[in-house]
Amino acid sequence: MKKKQLLTSFLPMIVTAVILLVAPKIRSDFYKAMDSSQDNTGLKLPSGFSANIIAETGALPRHIAVAPNGLIYLKSNITKRKPGNAILVYKMGADGKAVRVSGFGNYIGTGIYIKSGYLYASSNTEVFRYKLNAAYEVIDTAKAEKIITSLKMGPQHETKSLVLDNSGNIYVNIGAYSNSCQVKDREKGSLGQPGCPILDSAGGIWMFKADKLNQTYKDGVRYTTGLRNVVGLDWNTELNQLFVMQHGRDQLHDIFPDMYTTKESALLPAECMYALKKGDNAGWPYIYYDEFQHKKILAPEYGGDKKKEGDKSIIDPVVAFPGHLAPNGLLFYTGNQFPERYKNGAFIAFHGSWNRAPEPQAGTFVVFQPFKNGKPFGEWEIFADNFSGSPEKTASGRPDHKPCGLAQGADGSLYVTDDLKGTIYRISYKK
Amino acid sequence: MKKFYCSLSLLICLSTTILYAQAKKPVAKKPAAGGLSASVAAGKKVYTLYCLTCHQADGGGVPNMNPPLINTTYVLGDKNKIIQIVLKGFNENVEINGDTYTNVMPAQVSLTDQEVADVLTYVRNSFTNKASAISAAEVKKVRATLK
Repeated sequence: MKKKQLLTSFLPMIVTAVILLVAPKIRSDFYKAMDSSQDNTGLKLPSGFSANIIAETGALPRHIAVAPNGLIYLKSNITKRKPGNAILVYKMGADGKAVRVSGFGNYIGTGIYIKSGYLYASSNTEVFRYKLNAAYEVIDTAKAEKIITSLKMGPQHETKSLVLDNSGNIYVNIGAYSNSCQVKDREKGSLGQPGCPILDSAGGIWMFKADKLNQTYKDGVRYTTGLRNVVGLDWNTELNQLFVMQHGRDQLHDIFPDMYTTKESALLPAECMYALKKGDNAGWPYIYYDEFQHKKILAPEYGGDKKKEGDKSIIDPVVAFPGHLAPNGLLFYTGNQFPERYKNGAFIAFHGSWNRAPEPQAGTFVVFQPFKNGKPFGEWEIFADNFSGSPEKTASGRPDHKPCGLAQGADGSLYVTDDLKGTIYRISYKK
Repeated sequence: MKKFYCSLSLLICLSTTILYAQAKKPVAKKPAAGGLSASVAAGKKVYTLYCLTCHQADGGGVPNMNPPLINTTYVLGDKNKIIQIVLKGFNENVEINGDTYTNVMPAQVSLTDQEVADVLTYVRNSFTNKASAISAAEVKKVRATLK
């Protein structure tokens, strides 16, 4: 009996050994399969997780959408140095690598999303959609339906991130074309413009119909105001609510050197996650969120002194993250592949700071914030780290890769784009 | 062979003269009491206070936002142009080596002529850049045209 047990427990090993020894062809295939599931990225992940580089696109991929059949759509930036298509289509091969199958469009921008048989994508002033066939392929790439047009675009915060709900609405970020609505943008000591005029057409999230052509501001609704710039956003299906990550204001020290030290300026203000309802005001440019005092502090441009609080009607963040880390991707995890505690929690891709200088830079990682019953549950944690290549490269602000977009595959894998080198990662979990 | 030595010595002679002239130039123009190195040292302090947040410690800038100061005609080219950028600020998209930078640069009006001269001399002689010094007199001249 004992002998038999021993034999049974060794049987899989023996079989494997026989296969490895007897069939070199099978063996090489076996190793190829092994390699593709093993970590080749240098990323640091919780135990049980592994990452894969599925593509080196050589482009500047910002946001990403993965179709239920695994087809990958990337919204790429275009520059003179990196010319090419705005939308890149990749298909997973049997070897765990994604292969480029097509590319189309010639507009720069960030937003991309798949919903109800359409692919939605944005330039910095417009939103387009393309009809998909049953295989989630764009039927006619030359036939972009212009859904929204003539959106404001400033000399900063130009990108129009987007997401759709389940009721036929599309939500578009229109970033404020200013740091803190000063009379002279980013100039030392310059005060805030009274009744910040930027907010009438930017600095918030606008809601439009997902299926109506040629909508302009008059067809849309200013869904929420007082958001300086949002790049990462997602529709939380558990709560049926829009969540966004704001890029907080820069340069408290540079503009008010007598009030803020460089260290305070590196840490403040928090990068905030907001759960939004129609009509909400998140407070930019009048306040910023101080995660140490847990208060909405009146901006120095509007008479603040580091202590005075702002208007009470301004909403509180759901989670406050460290300053300047630049949250560019937000994804609520609804898959079944990752352990139970990840379900309905939020992944956030932080692009990495620049505005912490001369203090060390930080970020360039993917964070996980656990949620329970629709509320943050416990502290956030670093989920995927070392995109930069080393702590020194993070601190110097010269990382190897910068995480930007997030998407969930049908099998529950997590996709991460890097808009610096163009690498696409897929993170999986195996017990 | 003789010809070779001849041209070689000529070359050495010439380059020594150029080097000497380069080293001598700032002294002649007196951008700061101790010449180029003093101006660079003073400029580094100004840079750290007013420029570093955006252009970064290595002068490499921030992708898509703040332009790099390394090996570009903006920095190494026309002196008047770069002095003007510092005094007036810059609110145009800049294309450098195929990448576009869109962030706003505020005017640095509070800096003195000497501070502007020093910081530009520092930038023109740092981050692998090599270009002639800028003097306070040159800054003063440009500032006068802006008034």
